[in-house]
Amino acid sequence: MMVDSPDRPEPLTGDRNLETEEFVVNMGPQHPSTHGVCRLILTMDGEVIKKVVPDIGFLHRSIEKIAENRTYHQFMIYTDRIDYVSSMNANHAWCVAVEKLAGIEVPERAEYLRVIMAELNRIASHLVFLASFAIDLGAVTPFLYAFRERERIVDLFEMTCGQRLTYNYMRIGGVSKDVPKDFVSETKKFCSYLYPRVDEYEAILTENPIFLGRTKGIGLLDLPTAINYSVSGPPLRGSGLKWDIRKDEPYSAYEKFDFDIPTGENGDTWDRYKVRIEEMRQSARIVEQALEGLPEGGIKAKVPARFRPPQGEAFARIEAPRGEMAYFIVSDGSTKPYRVKIRTASFCNLQALPVMARGWKIADIVAIFGSLDIILPEVDR
Amino acid sequence: MGVVQKVPVYLEKIPGGGLITTSLDAVLNWSRASSLWYLLFGTACCAIEGLMCTGASRYDYDRFGMIFRASPRQADLMIVAGTITNKMAKRVKILYEQMSEPKYVIAMGGCAIRGGPFYYDCYSVLRGVDLVIPVDVYVPGCPPRPESILEGCLKLQQKIKKQKVSDWSKTEKFIPEPK
Repeated sequence: MMVDSPDRPEPLTGDRNLETEEFVVNMGPQHPSTHGVCRLILTMDGEVIKKVVPDIGFLHRSIEKIAENRTYHQFMIYTDRIDYVSSMNANHAWCVAVEKLAGIEVPERAEYLRVIMAELNRIASHLVFLASFAIDLGAVTPFLYAFRERERIVDLFEMTCGQRLTYNYMRIGGVSKDVPKDFVSETKKFCSYLYPRVDEYEAILTENPIFLGRTKGIGLLDLPTAINYSVSGPPLRGSGLKWDIRKDEPYSAYEKFDFDIPTGENGDTWDRYKVRIEEMRQSARIVEQALEGLPEGGIKAKVPARFRPPQGEAFARIEAPRGEMAYFIVSDGSTKPYRVKIRTASFCNLQALPVMARGWKIADIVAIFGSLDIILPEVDR
Repeated sequence: MGVVQKVPVYLEKIPGGGLITTSLDAVLNWSRASSLWYLLFGTACCAIEGLMCTGASRYDYDRFGMIFRASPRQADLMIVAGTITNKMAKRVKILYEQMSEPKYVIAMGGCAIRGGPFYYDCYSVLRGVDLVIPVDVYVPGCPPRPESILEGCLKLQQKIKKQKVSDWSKTEKFIPEPK
């Protein structure tokens, strides 16, 4: 209750010319909503964001430099740690690049297994997005739901390669080991289990008025800006472009499967969320098709332990859950690469954040940043 | 001593309270060990396993009275989950200093223990978080399974339960300087 005291200043009236002063808010590096160690320097005018400067490099582990001192086989474990939420896709990108460099033919069964693993990992990665995005916006229930399903995917990976997070499953020329006997039936069971669960998430979030208020129309990214900033993955598709490497430049066995590319209309935070939800269903479709047509045969091409690809360079890109992940390798004919450049989606998507966040309220930066689904080792490498 | 060690058991059995004689050590350590609030601070891969998976329903930190706090000022335990780079080392130290006493640290994963896979040929990674802050429990693995990190938390609880109030004045504050 306000107490009327004679010391209180006169209430401010509308016709007075009020001066405002900008101030700087520091968000991170330790902040639960920055999903790691990213620092955002926000220049604020009241509650409105005038400028965002991401300060990165808190997790720079010099992986590109390490690549120059490892053989092609040894570097596989570092690809796991570049994108730890979807290690299978990171493995896959490195394999595709090295195989392109050396011209290795991969057995068909290995290609199918790679697709199955990559798509399962895409579902797992989008579930982590869903969990952290919902918890950023204040909804704790989807976090528990999403991790319930993710544990089942992790179980499938664990029975195949024995690891829960950094799988190191793929090898140059194939995969490390064949799937166990009951993997196919268990994965089929999981796929039929997943569809109703995704409907459940949608029932909780998609039309929820609070969720809509926090996401609909927030953080707009129009298509020309997205292309100019080389945004890729779900943020690009959320802005309306139907661009997916799996369809447009098929690698592995993706040209054999039938799936749709979901796109958004407005390019707002809600669209990016919706694209990921829809991608989970499409990934499950791909997994089901790949399990149906899983061919018999070898799982690994013959690649010597002292593997020396010919002199030259190769560039290969794949569609990781966050967008395009590409490796550029320069080989000097020895067992170790001369130079490896890693193009990661998070780094390029983060560049668009200052454009997207300008003019929105400080509470919206959490939603906008969360909808980009950035992980920091990909940004800093 | 027999009664004193069983105090927590007796306390639960007395409905509506009552008069009880115990030692300060037993009550303090019991309450501290059973409500370890941890700081939500993950840097790399281990954050998914150690903070998110273990916090979710299958493994569930809450069973041990562990609840995550976003602010270091409300936290008792820092789980260093992930690689610490030289740029981050100063911030880790600041976070540790902001936590209120008594405070504990678990170094989770190879990176936090000794740099992990980034020990060789790397110019930017701190080789072990114990160069910056004191560590109570080390949990190896890359990343450790949720069961391992829970085992680490139970080990820390055992360690807390052995503390004595009379030792407080003897303990030296260990705050080494970063390189």
